[in-house]
Amino acid sequence: MTKIECILRPGKLEDVKDALNRCGVHGMTVTQVIGCGLQKGRKEVYRGTEYSINLLPKIKLEMVVPDKDLEEVIKKITGAARTGEIGDGKIFTYKIDNAVRIRTGETGDSAI
Amino acid sequence: MLNRLLRTLFLPVYLLAIPALAWAEEAAETAAEAVPKIDTGDTTFVLISAALVMLMTPGLALFYGGMSRKKNVLSTIMYSLIALGVISIQWSLFGYSLSFGPDLNHLIGNLDWLGLKNVGLDPNADYTATIPHQAFMVFQMMFAVITAALISGAVAERMRFPAFLAFILLWTTLIYDPVAHWVWGVDGWLRNLGALDFAGGTVVHILSGVSGLVACLVIGKRKGYGIEPMIPHNLPMTVTGTALLWFGWFGFNAGSALSAGGLAASAFVVTHLATAAAALSWVIVEWIRHGKPTVLGAATGAVAGLVAITPASGFVDPMASIIIGLVAGVACFLTVSVVKKKLGYDDSLDAFGVHGIGGTWGALATGIFANPSVNSAGTGLLYGNPEQVGIQLISIGASWAMAALGTFIILKVVGAVVELRASNEEQEIGLDFTQHGEDAYTDLALSSSPFGGGMPASKTSAGAVRPAL
Repeated sequence: MTKIECILRPGKLEDVKDALNRCGVHGMTVTQVIGCGLQKGRKEVYRGTEYSINLLPKIKLEMVVPDKDLEEVIKKITGAARTGEIGDGKIFTYKIDNAVRIRTGETGDSAI
Repeated sequence: MLNRLLRTLFLPVYLLAIPALAWAEEAAETAAEAVPKIDTGDTTFVLISAALVMLMTPGLALFYGGMSRKKNVLSTIMYSLIALGVISIQWSLFGYSLSFGPDLNHLIGNLDWLGLKNVGLDPNADYTATIPHQAFMVFQMMFAVITAALISGAVAERMRFPAFLAFILLWTTLIYDPVAHWVWGVDGWLRNLGALDFAGGTVVHILSGVSGLVACLVIGKRKGYGIEPMIPHNLPMTVTGTALLWFGWFGFNAGSALSAGGLAASAFVVTHLATAAAALSWVIVEWIRHGKPTVLGAATGAVAGLVAITPASGFVDPMASIIIGLVAGVACFLTVSVVKKKLGYDDSLDAFGVHGIGGTWGALATGIFANPSVNSAGTGLLYGNPEQVGIQLISIGASWAMAALGTFIILKVVGAVVELRASNEEQEIGLDFTQHGEDAYTDLALSSSPFGGGMPASKTSAGAVRPAL
């Protein structure tokens, strides 16, 4: 099993969710985060004073998939999330020891 | 720690012992007089105006609160909310008497009206012949309340609450009440001089704005000022506050006519036009300088216009009020964006930039634009009376001096007894928690949190308990 963690543009969340649902991935955890990469911050103005805001809002999507589906899922995510501009985000993968479905106690691939 | 607490309470408790003295005296019953006669229209109008002005204080709380950082919003709101409590009681005990009571040497009222003795339901011929005396008293009370609350804008996010309490009680008694007497009290020296201040440009705005400036200099800057971004956490809240202020200000200015008629209508109209003009001029200047028209700018510009028209509201005509508003928007904008940055003081919510400068311009503008056909009591420069400008300048200068000197002294006195400034650590955690033990936005995570959030604190908990961030 592999955990996939993606940092996405907030506007791309729905597209990525749709793409994942269509290829059978239904479980995921979504968090609102702020972060930076190559994308520079932006300038906000309050009462005539300018502030540089260097951390931008992003969406973090986490899910665990069986290893056999990994490449397919990453391709779907990338396809839905890419715009070609700086700030598209990143995907990280981690090997998972185990997973447990709380309701039934199942472990392993049948738990995800 | 207990000693300090007792000493903090010493001054207010001493003052609060005064009602015991008032009760010891017999209340003099005023017999119903045939003349002067109460006018139901005037009375209705003044009472409703008093209610409108009262609403401005919670409105101010929201205006300032939205501009604070989330961790300090409750403390910012509390400064204004508590003023309603403290200053209302002070006013009824002795503040009203000091401000409007029978004159002593043109400087202060005496204590004839301690505990509202002789302030009954019949009109007081000196101040208003057609409404009950208590209606006038309670109307003026709301002015005293909001003036104290306004100062908090300069010291928000770092003044400790006990110090603020002691400060506003002393400040209202020693600065607001005397100056109100000078400008509005019968035989007050500025009133005798002919200074024009219809609803409080000097008494309310210059006093609070300049006092705020001195206070923010004495207390010092917030930790991280200039380094960390300190930006509004809830601008919709600020706009809600602005709406309540704008609405309530009709009571503040038009109500100061103390009668329901032409003068009140005139004050209402010019109040609205100056505000509209100032909102526009601020937005436009900011748009030109920074490339975007901001909501905060529109809201602040509106308040700047409200401030500036306050002293002039019963003396100028509509076209003059538009000019006053346009200038106010620009002048206040430049103060908060250019002057503040250059001089480097930390007036957190721009109490000085908006109220100090707006009030100064408004008081001066009154001397320029006062039109005798609007109000025969006021003739300004443009109508052949250049001396009025000089008189206004004296009034402005006296207010500045009293505010600056008085605030400095009071803060030094209060500071000798209690800590004025929240420590760096207290500021880091946030004043909501450190001063009030509260969290403004307890979201789902907190109430079902693994930290046992939502349960009463156990007796064995040691050390500071921080809310989950």
